Amino acid sequence: MDILTFIVAPMVLSLLSGALAFIIVLVDSLVNNYPDFTIDINNGRKKLTAKGGSSLLVTLSSQGIFIPSACGGKASCGACKVKIESDVGVILPTELPYLSEEEKKDNIRLACQIKLKNNIRLSIPEDLLYVKQFDATVESITDLTYDIKQIKLKLLSPDSIDFKAGQYVQLIIPPYGQIPEKTQRAYSMSNTPSDNQHAELLIRLVPGGLLTTYVHKFMQVNEKVVFTGPFGDFFLRDTKAEMICVAGGSGMAPIKSIIYDMYEKKNFDRSIWYFFGAKSARDLFYLDELKELERLMPSFHFIPALSNPDPADNWKGETGLITNILDKYLKTVIKASSPKEAYLCGSPGMIDATVKVLNVNGIASEKIYYDKFA
Amino acid sequence: MRPDVTPLILFIASIFTSNILLSNFLGMCSFISVSKDFKSSNGLGLAVTLTLTITTALNWLVYKYVILPLKLEYLTYIVFIIVIAAVVQVLEMLIERISSSLYMALGIFLPLITVNCAIFGVALFMQLRNYDFIQSVFFGAGSGLGWWLAIVTLAAIRKKVDVAPIPSALKGPGITLITIGFMAMAFIGFSGMISVQ
Repeated sequence: MDILTFIVAPMVLSLLSGALAFIIVLVDSLVNNYPDFTIDINNGRKKLTAKGGSSLLVTLSSQGIFIPSACGGKASCGACKVKIESDVGVILPTELPYLSEEEKKDNIRLACQIKLKNNIRLSIPEDLLYVKQFDATVESITDLTYDIKQIKLKLLSPDSIDFKAGQYVQLIIPPYGQIPEKTQRAYSMSNTPSDNQHAELLIRLVPGGLLTTYVHKFMQVNEKVVFTGPFGDFFLRDTKAEMICVAGGSGMAPIKSIIYDMYEKKNFDRSIWYFFGAKSARDLFYLDELKELERLMPSFHFIPALSNPDPADNWKGETGLITNILDKYLKTVIKASSPKEAYLCGSPGMIDATVKVLNVNGIASEKIYYDKFA
Repeated sequence: MRPDVTPLILFIASIFTSNILLSNFLGMCSFISVSKDFKSSNGLGLAVTLTLTITTALNWLVYKYVILPLKLEYLTYIVFIIVIAAVVQVLEMLIERISSSLYMALGIFLPLITVNCAIFGVALFMQLRNYDFIQSVFFGAGSGLGWWLAIVTLAAIRKKVDVAPIPSALKGPGITLITIGFMAMAFIGFSGMISVQ
């Protein structure tokens, strides 16, 4: 083997690959060159014209309609569900894990997995047409615990947000460090709707999490940020039922908003049981505020519970898994006869376990509302 | 030194008597998993046939006019795979545009054609047996059709098997493998008639 081979072989391989890549690019530009299509939303309520070829989620957001999505279009959150009225082909394997039998029958699809290749008709909740993109500045960053920060965003334009307590926004952060793209994630607002100049978010550091790492390590006060919202159907139902609220970690946010909103509106008729689960005392926050609220609002009962208190915590409250504490209260303290509704916010594992406990204690799944964040 | 087989005979032989799937047992993974469903089997068969025909022709040209003159035989495998991957990419884009229902039905198996051993196998056989261009094209197309025939046949049989009273332990992959065995025997039974290897 002579020295020439070392030059010839890589040259041939690169030339060949280059030629093939050129063909692929050529075919791609010919084949994936779609004309404009119309998107008809909610039976003619809104009509858009957009160039085909990209996903429905991206196309809609470029036209100012923001479908909620926590993963940003990777089919890993299942949030961007829309009802498609026209034919867009069969359900993709990537969508299957997120659709129930009923949703499949109704032709509910994930907007991020549908490529715009035809004129399309779809239905989305009317609220989503009002979702806006907000420019804001970071007003303050507060450490609530060692791994949860409260960030308060001051709205610039539009300068106020109309939302229901418990709803969430999608925070969008710029590319940073090794991350080449914008990242967006969903966070519930913890402030009440009366404070419509701000969006207050609780963000727990997730090891390896793109957005949470940014917020915890890079975000500065006065920095400009962008978010879209409000989204979600996790808000107070207008009934007289007794409320069971269960949260853990940053799941505090929507529940806090709902309860303070009730306090501001002098809605004292419904009794509220708020179970907040944490590992040890260093994971607890807003303890004093909620104790104070308990005093001001007789219908409100706050039950923090530690699953694994440190001896140094000198913890006098409930000890054990939040689901066990809930079960105990439902069996002994809370009257079984009154109608009940449950509002849950936490990790999928916590929600699933809590729903089981509630079901066992006679609270039907239709009466359980939750925000699952993974 | 090319073997003395007329392309037409080679074509027929690679469909029936030396079926790439049932005599060489190449391309089994998608054969077993996709044959659950008749429609996708048909689609995949078509896609494999197209890919095989095109890649065999392209690979022959690349081998004859690039690899041999430059004495780069040791790069054969890599070059063949690059060519196959590119062709599958192009094919994928075309299928997505032309028939989205077929694209959906094939799902992950479409890009996986890239690593379908049948396609690579045919390219290597073509080079090993010194076929000329016409022979290679017929060999590629025939092998593709043979693969297509085998997968739709298996899909049809599996449809019947689904409703047959099979011992529960054999249900699923067990009975499928046995079925494939019988099919192989049936196909190889004719191998005395035409010999091309």
